[in-house]
Amino acid sequence: MRNPFVMECGEFHVSYKQDMAIWKIPRVRTRIFLIVAFFAIFPLIVSDYVVSLATLCGIAAIGAIGLNILTGFTGQISIGVGAFLGVGGYTSAILTTKLGLSFWLSVPLAGVITAIVGALFGIPSLRLKGLYLAIATLAAQVIILFVISRWDSLTGGTAGLVLLRPEIGNFAFTSEDSYYYLMFVILLITTIFSLNLFRSRVGRAFIAIRDRDIAAEVMGIDLFKYKVMAFSVSSFFVGVAGALLGHYTMIVSPELYSISVSIEYLAMILVGGLGSVFGSIYGAVFITLLPVVLRAFVELLNGMFPGLSDVLVGMKEVVFGLMIILFLVYEPEGLDKIWRNIKNYFRLWPFSY
Amino acid sequence: MGILDIKSVTLRFGGVVALDHVSFEVKEGEIFSLIGPNGAGKTSMLNCISGLYRPTSGSVLFKGEDITNLKPHKRAALGIARAFQNIELFPHLSVLDNLMLGRHVRMKTGVLAGGLYWGKAQKEEVEHRKKVEEVIDFLELEHVRNTPVGTLSYGLQKRVEVGRALALEPEILLLDEPMAGMNNEEKEDMARYIIDIHEEKKTTIILIEHDMGVIMDLSNHIAVLDFGKLIAYGTPKEIQNNPRVIEAYLGEEHVG
Repeated sequence: MRNPFVMECGEFHVSYKQDMAIWKIPRVRTRIFLIVAFFAIFPLIVSDYVVSLATLCGIAAIGAIGLNILTGFTGQISIGVGAFLGVGGYTSAILTTKLGLSFWLSVPLAGVITAIVGALFGIPSLRLKGLYLAIATLAAQVIILFVISRWDSLTGGTAGLVLLRPEIGNFAFTSEDSYYYLMFVILLITTIFSLNLFRSRVGRAFIAIRDRDIAAEVMGIDLFKYKVMAFSVSSFFVGVAGALLGHYTMIVSPELYSISVSIEYLAMILVGGLGSVFGSIYGAVFITLLPVVLRAFVELLNGMFPGLSDVLVGMKEVVFGLMIILFLVYEPEGLDKIWRNIKNYFRLWPFSY
Repeated sequence: MGILDIKSVTLRFGGVVALDHVSFEVKEGEIFSLIGPNGAGKTSMLNCISGLYRPTSGSVLFKGEDITNLKPHKRAALGIARAFQNIELFPHLSVLDNLMLGRHVRMKTGVLAGGLYWGKAQKEEVEHRKKVEEVIDFLELEHVRNTPVGTLSYGLQKRVEVGRALALEPEILLLDEPMAGMNNEEKEDMARYIIDIHEEKKTTIILIEHDMGVIMDLSNHIAVLDFGKLIAYGTPKEIQNNPRVIEAYLGEEHVG
């Protein structure tokens, strides 16, 4: 029991349950609560355009968390994310338009089917590592896109399919705000699920496989089972993100899921921080907003120096590449690490020793 | 019949014979040492026991059951744990998580339960945390509990390596040179821990080590390998006086 006359000089946990919480200190819990509360009222204070950007960021974040589970935490590199997003989007599109299923059923199903496809393409991971696995997942990307664009009767071929926004009863999620909240809830669930996953048995096994697969096997981790499991858990979230994105943009077509999307997602987790749940979110926001910010910047310059925009039009790719190189060189652990460094600096501030 | 029977195990890599018809048995509850010059096949033998190598011929029996074709993770579930010679810890995880990983086979939580972290899953984590804390207490790792293993000193990493194997609550503990590269003080500590494990937990220990003093003091039985062949087996005293062992270690001329 707490002694009322003694001032405490720190936070002390008296049970393992307290010590094993995700956010151990009340101050941190308050901060997390404030951040969540801020994003909950966010759409009410900004314009529709900003809300739509936030929705795109959030959906990308769900996919990025999914990819990070596989690449950042389990160490299995995948450049097939674009196609897996496509599997999610198309599954939901086909289930809702052709079979008439409701959105609420089709999105989880899209996740499950993507998980199965992911597991299938994860099977070679037992034998293949590093670059070789990357090429195998590249094959997944190519095969899936090929199937999507050629299976006209099911997928509508290159023209794609048109989707509808979800409904509950009479309420349709047609406004930007409402879809934002839908995304927000799913992003929250995804985040908490992954945070929990990596402080329990299976998540630890994933990390063990990344760090030392031989030792992991000798400690009793079935490499094959857990690698395939990592592929399917990861693909589940990527599939859900794909389905959400499909219903948001209301269209799915093969060119939305090209290899460049895969690279973009890899960039997200690289910039955000490999093996960090929050890093995936930072990275998703960063990569999604980068072109928007650049465009605004070019427009601003164009006002001052007419004709310059022609030169700067190609700059998006250049800046994109430059950002990735800079992150790889100066902060390989990404935005998450930068944020932690800032926090650590202020923890001791102003006496840094 | 011992807890572990090695029956005529042969291991070939192409033309190289790493182990040549090696047979011995390890009795339950003893400290069994495997010694021999460099390249004699000691670690290969351990790899055959923990399942990383599959013998070309011969069999490995655990409690009378043939485990020769069992995968490493299945053997861990049977209770065969191992500490590696070159530290094979998970460097980005804390000491606590490394030890919790050691308990992987004793836990059940799946993906969904783990992700929800509710009820049973949480209870299980807490329960196993208690067991891990016992190991931490046993090996005196309290002060580094939450430190990422990669940042620890070599001696401590070696101790965590033993701790991770111990967290599995093994029936057989394979220790591959747990004292390599340590100074005398650290060696003494490690020897003390090994004796404690042996006496308190009654764990059967298979030990590879180069320090003869330690081997002679700790072991109940010793097997000597040379160029993949078993050249001697016996108690420390018998081994010390065995001419073939002296020959293997010191060369022929000294024998004469």
